[in-house]
Amino acid sequence: MDTGSFAHQFAQQIVNGVSLGSIYALIALGYTMIYGIIKLINFAHGDIYMLGAYIGFVAITKAGLPFLPALIVSMIGAALAGIIIERIAYRPMRNAPRIAALITAIGVSFFLENGMILLVSPQPRTFPPVFAPTVYNIGGIVVNNQQILILVSALLLMLALTYIVNRTKAGKAMRAVSYDADAAKLMGIDTDRVISTTFALGSALAAAAGVLVGIYYNSIDPLMGMMPGIKAFIAAVVGGIGILPGAMLGGIIMGLVEAMVSGFFSSTYRDAAAFAILILILLYKPTGLLGKNVKEKV
Amino acid sequence: MKSLRQSLHKQDLLGLGLMVILFAVFYFLFDEEILDDYWETNVILILINIIMAVSLNLINGLTGQFSIGHAGFMAVGAYTSAIITVKLGMDFPIALIVATVSAAFLGFLIGMPTLRLNGDYLAIATLGLGEIIRIAILNIDYVGGASGFMGIPRLTTFPIAFWIMVFVVYFIKNFKNSADGRACLAIRENEIAAETMGINTTKYKVMAFTIGAGFAGTAGALFSHYYYIAHPASFTFMRSFDVLTMVVLGGLGSISGSISGAVLLTAISAALADYPEWRMVIYSIVLIVLMLNRPQGIFGNKELSLKMFQSIKLGGGSRGGTAQSE
Amino acid sequence: MAELLKVNNASMIFGGLRAVSNLTMQIDEGELIGLIGPNGAGKTTAFNMLTGVYEPSEGEITFNGQRINGKKPYQVTQMGIARTFQNIRLFSELSVLDNVKIAFNSQVRYGLVEAIGRFGRYFKEEETIEEKALALLKIFHLEKLRDETAKNLPYGEQRRLEIARALATSPKLLLLDEPAAGMNPQETKELMEMIRWIKKEFNLSILLIEHDMGLVMNVCQRIYVLEYGICIANGTPDEIKHNKRVIKAYLGEEVS
Repeated sequence: MDTGSFAHQFAQQIVNGVSLGSIYALIALGYTMIYGIIKLINFAHGDIYMLGAYIGFVAITKAGLPFLPALIVSMIGAALAGIIIERIAYRPMRNAPRIAALITAIGVSFFLENGMILLVSPQPRTFPPVFAPTVYNIGGIVVNNQQILILVSALLLMLALTYIVNRTKAGKAMRAVSYDADAAKLMGIDTDRVISTTFALGSALAAAAGVLVGIYYNSIDPLMGMMPGIKAFIAAVVGGIGILPGAMLGGIIMGLVEAMVSGFFSSTYRDAAAFAILILILLYKPTGLLGKNVKEKV
Repeated sequence: MKSLRQSLHKQDLLGLGLMVILFAVFYFLFDEEILDDYWETNVILILINIIMAVSLNLINGLTGQFSIGHAGFMAVGAYTSAIITVKLGMDFPIALIVATVSAAFLGFLIGMPTLRLNGDYLAIATLGLGEIIRIAILNIDYVGGASGFMGIPRLTTFPIAFWIMVFVVYFIKNFKNSADGRACLAIRENEIAAETMGINTTKYKVMAFTIGAGFAGTAGALFSHYYYIAHPASFTFMRSFDVLTMVVLGGLGSISGSISGAVLLTAISAALADYPEWRMVIYSIVLIVLMLNRPQGIFGNKELSLKMFQSIKLGGGSRGGTAQSE
Repeated sequence: MAELLKVNNASMIFGGLRAVSNLTMQIDEGELIGLIGPNGAGKTTAFNMLTGVYEPSEGEITFNGQRINGKKPYQVTQMGIARTFQNIRLFSELSVLDNVKIAFNSQVRYGLVEAIGRFGRYFKEEETIEEKALALLKIFHLEKLRDETAKNLPYGEQRRLEIARALATSPKLLLLDEPAAGMNPQETKELMEMIRWIKKEFNLSILLIEHDMGLVMNVCQRIYVLEYGICIANGTPDEIKHNKRVIKAYLGEEVS
């Protein structure tokens, strides 16, 4: 086998994998933050990502906004949607049995998907090119400027989030509530507000991912959030659900694996590969790569 | 003072009597074509869904294990039975047995390693496994792959589906009211306490999983042999979720609940079938409203007592929750 | 008296923490032994080691000559050790009667097939279990509450139910984890009588974790004292009462 071309393919897939992984990481962060704070698997999160893509689409095509303002509008819109959803559908379920809360989340997901289908038709829409696509050829490896945009945007957003969570008062409150909500309440923290903030931040990141994906693949549709949503969720589990750096790590891993499987085997198995990773991590390290083992007190 | 044998026998016979009457009525209506094919299709679908819901309830409701990939077991049953009848030319009863056993076996294999996970982790593991099964089938050409397995003879009839449903319901009902059933309930309530009271929790969790999966396989066989085709698209997470909703709607742990949930949701789905765009939106809104207002479902974890008018205390107290009239 | 339980230099190490360190303990048939110590001393951890919930990191535990190390909790229970929990672990949504019935499961003589088909030994066994369960409830004055949902019981009754349930497993050694917690002096006195009575009536040994010194000193023949996972003293109530190290560990706890 020509090792030169193998190494070349490999490097190419790494590039693809990292930019894909950045998308998964952005979405995974929302999953992990929400699970960390209210122990709910927000099945509707992937659809927030879809919502963000559509808001960005409207901002660019109807309001003629350039990239950055459109991105911000989309993030704000999705943040609002996240806050509303939490308020209406999840807050009343805080003390309900877990399985009922899960079903509610799934119900919200279906509502968003099918509502969107009703609203804009199931046909995919073409996302207008925001930047003239330029392709760089670095030593035989193809990188286009949109991949760089994704990588850079994702990095900046993740840095911003890390700053917020670790250096601000709001972030401190978020961490407190995720450790022990009752204790946080006793300390005078408005847990409802903190939870809303968490939803807002997570949704904003997902929306950003949606816009970036729209730009990269040029196409959006109402069901675009299903598969990425599940894969991002798996990413969050792989990294350690509830752990922010874990979501980022998990995202990159999922992206790399998917790129490798697509590049070296066949793309029909890339979805199966994601689930296989899920099963493996659940069997061998269910708390995730960066997770700790917490035994139930007897 | 009635003996346990007498009171349970009386209850069982009454129930069976009711079933015979129900069967006779519907059989007559179908035979005389008073109810047409549309009705027959939906009634059989209801019967299949009852089997799915009651078998899932055994895992989720009785034993408290969070399993949301039930469609995968249904798929295994649907396909293996089709292989038996179409590829190997054998009879339907054999196909049904093979479907049940193979699905049960898969449930056993899956049950063993995953049951040390709990709560949410088990949920996503079962979700993932359901998807893996579907994707695997999608890629197996021997059973038709992405085009599906076609040319399956319609061997499922109303009588067959009906009496299999009755068998499954009685099986699980009797399981619930036995020592093994109580062990499962104990595991649901407090696994550590159950273990400390001498119950081999792993054995029972695997048992519930295996039996539940097996009957899902039976439902799958009935399904594929009614619709002439088995297709991976019929066994997505959407179906798992549908069955889960039936169970939760009826009340986790309540067999009467699962039956009611299956009937109600299948009926609602059929009623909305004429408005496909709105169907899912309405469905999801109804679901959310339901969860917000009555998360414990219609029956909670109690059963519909056949003796609502008399207060006969029966063995297996967890069953006779509404023995007294209000 | 025959030796029943032997704990030989057993330790429980979590990461870097030695929750229980080199514990040596012996309980003979018919003894009523106390296990006391400040909060966090490792008492419940010791219980967990004795019931198979934790596998000892070091050392050996034997019961009736058989090794407990590595056995799963349900196996240990079947060997003859039963327990109650510090934070009551009842089967909340099930009835009082069912809670006790479940504990009789290992004595059931019919299999799955007979249960499903409702033939053979099913009816006889179900009746027997119901009778046995009711008999136990009667002893603890709970038989009128038989169909009540467990979580609806008042606190004191929940504790009694937990003890009744543990006894259903026919243990030779009963571990009680703070059975008097949350009880008033009157209830505690009644509990004291009940514990003495249980030991005699059911012919078993009891190991008792308690903070109520009155109860412990009055009822136990011997007492082990734990502090930070280490056994700092063991002896008769009188010896313990006057042990300087014990007194210091409790920081001046009044002992009557």
